[in-house]
Amino acid sequence: MPGTVIIGAGHGGVQLAASLRETGYEGRVRLISADPDLPYHKPPLSKSFMKTPDAPLQPLRGEAFFDQNDIALDLGREVVRVERERKRLICSDGSALDYDKLVLATGTRARKLTVPGAELDGVHSLRTAEDARALRADLPGARRVVVIGGGFIGLEAAAMLAARGLSVSVVELAPRLLGRAVSSITAQTIASYLEGEGVSLHLDTAIEAIDGQNGRVTDVRLSDEVLAADLVLVGVGAEPMDELARDAGLVVENGIVVDEFLATSAPDIFAIGDCVSFPQVHLGCHTRLESVQNATDQARSLAQTLTGTPQPYAALPWFWSDIGAVKLQIAGLAREGGETLATRSDDGQVKSVYHLAGGQLVACETLNSAGEHMLSRRMIAEGITPARTVLETGDTAEIKKAYAAVKNF
Amino acid sequence: MTKLTFIEPSGNRREIEADGGQSVMQAATAAGIEGIAAECGGSCMCATCHCLVCEAPGGLPEMESDEADTLEFTAEEMRETSRLICQIEVTTEIEGTVFKVMGR
Repeated sequence: MPGTVIIGAGHGGVQLAASLRETGYEGRVRLISADPDLPYHKPPLSKSFMKTPDAPLQPLRGEAFFDQNDIALDLGREVVRVERERKRLICSDGSALDYDKLVLATGTRARKLTVPGAELDGVHSLRTAEDARALRADLPGARRVVVIGGGFIGLEAAAMLAARGLSVSVVELAPRLLGRAVSSITAQTIASYLEGEGVSLHLDTAIEAIDGQNGRVTDVRLSDEVLAADLVLVGVGAEPMDELARDAGLVVENGIVVDEFLATSAPDIFAIGDCVSFPQVHLGCHTRLESVQNATDQARSLAQTLTGTPQPYAALPWFWSDIGAVKLQIAGLAREGGETLATRSDDGQVKSVYHLAGGQLVACETLNSAGEHMLSRRMIAEGITPARTVLETGDTAEIKKAYAAVKNF
Repeated sequence: MTKLTFIEPSGNRREIEADGGQSVMQAATAAGIEGIAAECGGSCMCATCHCLVCEAPGGLPEMESDEADTLEFTAEEMRETSRLICQIEVTTEIEGTVFKVMGR
């Protein structure tokens, strides 16, 4: 029996292999990835990996783990086609692999800029270990960096580069940072923090072109200004890697479409992580989320299904981003048009922003307030909303008391 | 090299030799200790490296507030001896520590 084949060895694929073994799956498990590196954590690529020229990748699991658990790791191998009728995969080297169950955990790729000059040397994106190595190798000698895109990756990198003493500008098309991922008050707080670190922010600003000399970037042309640049980092979002699914005739719409059991439209083919559009129970509609939590929790849920105890996927989403000294944590998903309550610490800094929809707590953003984040995760998952007057205090002990009172009622 | 012992969720007891300059979580995941997802990679975010400290002959460094706050509301109830091992650095002082893996 060929067992389960997982395409993609990111956070989701590796967790699925681990969870299959933890839940007692006895069939063969094979992880295939075009990426040749031992599966690694992605978030540190923009932070600790950049700190020293020889900082190692942080493996998701040691090599020993894969051996002990009889997980075949097939790295540096690219699957180019899924033959559904014969239940086999064709790889770029012409080899074929059979499967009983196939799981697509292919993730996303960095979206490319379409402006002239986007292909110049010195223009980087940051998604994979290969990207991170290229950026790191290009750092010595760089003085002026332009980060295109004010999303999580761009801002994490901007803070890291500013801390190294580089002159950093962030250019964002929207009038604020972080798009719809956080409330405007949180975005504003992070903007002020970055400016305090010496990062210059250009919001509401389009890029016209990237200019270069002898094939290498020299500056970034904005609508009203030219920014000199030795290095450009493009962080303008990611696109689901759904080509295999699309070519195999699976339903694809903003990612590979799956049901609550993470099953695709084709029998015996499942999909998890950043590349899927799934029915999100809290929102009540299909959505696609890019996060470690989403990938690993979907992996755990699918392992249950593949070992005979199907469970609909219903985990509460949470996210985090370390932007310099600011630990931004998000629990739940905010709704359009909801109400927000911001709390501040004694020094006047924004500490948390609670999101309510129809009177119910649905999301909470925290800035360096880990306890409040963890407590919010519980409250939102359990549908418990303390009184506004309590939330407004931002006092974790008070909120905890209110939560416990409801819980033990 | 620092000798550390882990009791895996199955009850299996495993001893590892860890290099300094990394966290206990990194040493444990590299050695393939079961039950530690460590999905946030050491950001003190996910509490999936939650362990109980069974023996600590040389003591352990004190918890920072982030670790204590994260542990307080983790899925597996926090106990007196709970730690997030991503927040403990491997040093010769912690030689002989025994951790029981709680995971998530």
